[in-house]
Amino acid sequence: MATPLVEMKDISIAFGGVKAVDNVSIDLYPGEVVGLLGHNGAGKSTLIKVLSGAYKMDSGEIWIDGKKVEINSPRDSRDHNIETIYQTLALADNLDAASNLFLGREMVTPFGFVDDGGQEAETRKIMSRLNPNFKKLKEPVSALSGGQRQSVAIARAVYFKAKILIMDEPTAALGVHETKMVADLIQELKKQGLGIFLISHDTREMMDLCDRVAVMKNGQLIGAERVEDVTEDDILSMIIMGKNPKDKAA
Amino acid sequence: MSDETADAVKPAKRNVFKALEVDTRLLGMIGAFLLVCIVFNLLTEGRFLTPRNVFNLTIQTVSVAIMATGMVFVIVTRHIDLSVGALLATTTAVMAMTQTQWLPQMMGLELGHPMIPWITILIGLLTGALIGAFQGYLIGYQAIPAFIVTLGGLLIWRNVAWHLTDGQTIGPLNETYLLFGGINGTLGVFWSWAVGLAASVAALFALVQGRRTKMGHGFTVKPAWAEALVAVFIVGAILGFVAILNAYEVPERVVARDPALYGCAEAEGCVAAYGIPYSVLLLIAVAIVMTVVAQRTRLGRYIFATGGNPDAAELSGINTKLLTVKVFAIVGVLCALGGIVASARLGYHTNDIGILDELRVIAAAVIGGTALSGGIGTIYGAIIGALIMQSLQSGMAMVGVDAPYQNIVVGTVLVLAVWIDIQYRKYTGAK
Ligand SMILES: Nc1ncnc2c1ncn2[C@@H]1O[C@H](COP(=O)(O)OP(=O)(O)OP(=O)(O)O)[C@@H](O)[C@H]1O
Ligand SMILES: [Mg+2]
Repeated sequence: MATPLVEMKDISIAFGGVKAVDNVSIDLYPGEVVGLLGHNGAGKSTLIKVLSGAYKMDSGEIWIDGKKVEINSPRDSRDHNIETIYQTLALADNLDAASNLFLGREMVTPFGFVDDGGQEAETRKIMSRLNPNFKKLKEPVSALSGGQRQSVAIARAVYFKAKILIMDEPTAALGVHETKMVADLIQELKKQGLGIFLISHDTREMMDLCDRVAVMKNGQLIGAERVEDVTEDDILSMIIMGKNPKDKAA
Repeated sequence: MSDETADAVKPAKRNVFKALEVDTRLLGMIGAFLLVCIVFNLLTEGRFLTPRNVFNLTIQTVSVAIMATGMVFVIVTRHIDLSVGALLATTTAVMAMTQTQWLPQMMGLELGHPMIPWITILIGLLTGALIGAFQGYLIGYQAIPAFIVTLGGLLIWRNVAWHLTDGQTIGPLNETYLLFGGINGTLGVFWSWAVGLAASVAALFALVQGRRTKMGHGFTVKPAWAEALVAVFIVGAILGFVAILNAYEVPERVVARDPALYGCAEAEGCVAAYGIPYSVLLLIAVAIVMTVVAQRTRLGRYIFATGGNPDAAELSGINTKLLTVKVFAIVGVLCALGGIVASARLGYHTNDIGILDELRVIAAAVIGGTALSGGIGTIYGAIIGALIMQSLQSGMAMVGVDAPYQNIVVGTVLVLAVWIDIQYRKYTGAK
């Protein structure tokens, strides 16, 4: 197979005494969706925040396109074409959708001023593709519904043409229809060759969307399996028991 | 074209304020300010709104207003700066010593040398920037709360000023430097009108340009009549302000001292007016620059984003630590600017210059709608806030309210203003 887009090797990170991520290795190939599952506090968000530059790992290595890289800040991560939709969305509530979409990467006029008109026009374009019902472009995002806020966060990650996309519970606040749209979006991005880390608690949804699912418990990786090789029950038992049923069989 | 017809059909449904797209909050603040003026004018039987008093009110507000624009950035980023009054004192001490002693004695520039005021101002601004940046470093990089750093700063810089001057009053200050004080440096009638007209043209140009840009992106614009009404209002306000300042005539005995200064051959029959003070021009320039920074630059965008959600700002790749340094450095520079105006108005550097200014500056920003929870605030709001505070104080002094009661009123107004602002936000659904 081709070189992996991302290889995370032996990643560990502890907060105080808590080993939030304990020696986890995981990889991601182009055009692949890898799902991360696990109970609350299992370490999923922490693991992907190492990749997105929000946390610094205590030990481990990150390789991108077959090269070892240092990711010390969110900026480093973005420079490696990694975009992240955080579980908390990471939106500045007092700013409008366009300002959030371009936060840290503003469009500027030839004089170096922020080009609000241009940003708004671009935001209209991408939102009409992702969420045609989205009309509140002028309001601060604090005035938006949870789902609308989520679509702003998704738009931000998609707009900048990432090669690697991290989605931490992107559909948590979405209605049935909007969830379907995100599923379609994931399929489309996958076809374009993006690699996607997807975190969700919905096992059913994960079986549909992912190529592989990885299960974490108490900071450790229990197993990573191709979806066609496991049943939903296998996954559930991995999450609950913290054991890979296939290991037992072997 | 299609836009215009669409708008022509709609107005009936729209409410007037919506069509005008004016900031109702701004209107409210201007309304409050006018209310204060009118009440005092009634209480003083017309003495409050004389050109002379308006002129004085304006020049008394400048120093605090300049610093308040910087306080907006500080509070928007969820910090506070208690050291502005003390920092002002240190910068004026440095500037007073520079122009009266250090430059003449150490550099050999004789008193009255034309470079003295400018070198002095440069050193003052630099001092403000450095002290501000240092406090910002302690807050941003060393994570010491701004409240503590600037509380310490309040004690330190007030007394560094005392140390630099040996506790003496320093003066008289350079003549050119004194021009920034207010009444000593004004534009006169002709140039005041010229500036007023230029400002009106610039405002109209900005309105037209803004409309063009919007149409260029295919956004809806407000109806032409609304745009025209806003334009008339802005131009009216600018020219009205100039007219009032131009109506304040220089007293005959002052003209008599040096008629040539006012363009007359002899004092007899020579009528001259003050017009716009340089200090007010300085405030206007600061207001414009700070507004542009807040609304149109990345720095401003990051300041507001950080105030709205520091974690999100950080995750978006914004260096919030460095941002803190920049914000406090800006305040430092503005303290020096405010210090130039304050000391030039007095004619001296004194030990108690800027005392309690931190409270006036914070109050101005807060009355102007800056939210202590961060992320929200406007430059124009802080300036109107400063005007309201100064009007209250001058007005009560004119009416003859004793100082202790004045403070009770000002304190009440501060709390009331914030309460109204909270109610307003609840009502409009904004956070
Ligand atoms: N910034 C932090 N400081 C201290 N502890 C943290 C921090 N972030 C995470 N943790 C701890 O690390 C562990 C893993 O948390 P993490 O957020 O990665 O879980 P998760 O798998 O994403 O859970 P959920 O499904 O609830 O989102 C938890 O025990 C959590 O308390
Ligand atoms: Mg999580």
